Amino acid sequence: MAYKIKSAECTVCGACEAECPNTAISLKKGTYIIDPTKCTECEGSFDSPQCAAVCPADCCVPA
Amino acid sequence: MGNVIKLDGILGVGELKMAAEAPPASGCTSSACGSSDGPADMAPEVWEKVKNHPCYSEEAHHYFARMHVAVAPACNIQCNYCNRKYDCSNESRPGVVSEKLTPEQAVKKVLAVAQEIPQLSVIGIAGPGDSLAAGGKNSFATFEMLSRLAPDLKLCISTNGLALPDHVERLKNYNVDHVTITINMVDAEVGERIYPWIYYNHKRWTGRDAAKILHERQMLGLEMLTSAGILAKINSVMIPGINDQHLMEVNAQVKKRGAFLHNIMPLISDPAHGTHFGLTGQRGPTAQELKALQDQCEGGAKLMRHCRQCRADAVGLLGEDRGDEFTIDRIEAMEVSTDDAVRKTYRDHVESERAKRAESKEAARAEVAETVGTEVKPILVAVATKGGERINEHFGHAREFQIYEVGHAGAKFVGHRRVEQYCEGGSGDEDALSTVLAAINDCAAVFVAKIGGCPKTTLEAAGIEPVDSYAFEYIEESALTYFKAYAERVSQGLAPNGVTRDAVIRPAEPAALRA
Repeated sequence: MAYKIKSAECTVCGACEAECPNTAISLKKGTYIIDPTKCTECEGSFDSPQCAAVCPADCCVPA
Repeated sequence: MGNVIKLDGILGVGELKMAAEAPPASGCTSSACGSSDGPADMAPEVWEKVKNHPCYSEEAHHYFARMHVAVAPACNIQCNYCNRKYDCSNESRPGVVSEKLTPEQAVKKVLAVAQEIPQLSVIGIAGPGDSLAAGGKNSFATFEMLSRLAPDLKLCISTNGLALPDHVERLKNYNVDHVTITINMVDAEVGERIYPWIYYNHKRWTGRDAAKILHERQMLGLEMLTSAGILAKINSVMIPGINDQHLMEVNAQVKKRGAFLHNIMPLISDPAHGTHFGLTGQRGPTAQELKALQDQCEGGAKLMRHCRQCRADAVGLLGEDRGDEFTIDRIEAMEVSTDDAVRKTYRDHVESERAKRAESKEAARAEVAETVGTEVKPILVAVATKGGERINEHFGHAREFQIYEVGHAGAKFVGHRRVEQYCEGGSGDEDALSTVLAAINDCAAVFVAKIGGCPKTTLEAAGIEPVDSYAFEYIEESALTYFKAYAERVSQGLAPNGVTRDAVIRPAEPAALRA
């Protein structure tokens, strides 16, 4: 299971990148993406996916 | 790319001549008018810190420029007055930015601006998100480079305070001695109507819990700044019906914790910005509502009234924005140096100017205090200025008017009003003129360097006297001289005693009026 970023709604603020415990989020061609092979939905690290908790545009969602 | 200094524009036409002829001037001793923060008002070490900072000293804002570098797009809270999706280069309000910069780009931009604008004294990070969110990584990387390459520039940041307690030590290490915290409430019941959520300790908090955590972190951060000897300015957004009366309590609480300045700003809630408040019809205050609240808070934490609520990438003197001249593309093509000689020359000049000014202002103030009785009510005057504390802008070219209150007690700056430029390309725009009238409707007079016949008639009909006889003279001295004559007319029954009209702080753009 992994999360994804709805790029049309993303403001490219980078808040998610800073919070991801797995360094799964990176900036590619002007938009942030989540590497599904690294994403754990924060299981074992936190109570809820951090990218979704911090995103101002609520655009980090289950893939 | 020569040095675009144009000192005469800033300092007034024929600086030396003016200095010799300047009328014995005036103004307000700081004790007479709380917000005119002069050296007499504060400890020498504090004055040393703020005297060249346009956002911390009302006096400095006539002479010095700031720039914000937009390196911090991430935020850790959501405010109902903010929508960071919206971006327009014609918009001027916090949280808005045209280009996000990397720390390296920001540093190059600072050096480019510093060599073009000698008035530059302050580099601030004000978002467009929160400067300390996401660990403050970009903000501190920028400060690290700037403190090496341009040590004469003051560094400052603006934050919502949530992450502040974690970073006070580090700010101190970079010699950041000015921090602004936006504090809109000291009561979670008020706070839950302003903040839908915060992100703290790896969790999204909502409702009263969110507001309570934010409040506690803000107070802790403020106390830590005070003990670290860092000056704290508190920004509060005045939201009628939600926190307007509550801001007096905020003022008292932040004063108790050592805040240096309190800046109460009007809510901006145009529905077109897409903010929660904008979309739900929450209105901002009128000019007189804002002023009344600011007046009620006098005597508490010192008030700041010259804030322009500028963009997170603003460049220039407050009230102007030259950001368009320094886009990433243009900066990449510029040769930049770290030579600070021009800035130093400018600062020395301002320093010598200041000494003369204090005396001149006091003389004009004393003259009014002696000759005008307290029964004459204070009035507001609008001033068209390009800076340098002078009336040096054409009515039709003004993009804002500075508002001074002048009365028996002296003259003081109490605010500004943004307008659409009336005259563009040589002809007047009637729609723009109506926004000017709405913006300065509570004023008895408008001081300008020059004005055409047509707007003059319209202003007179609206009860606002256009005055061009003080062209290029100092604002406060002129206001006091005008008030003395005005009081004379009041006593003869030729002028009304006081003005009771209200005004609009940011009148809608003509385009919106037409729609």
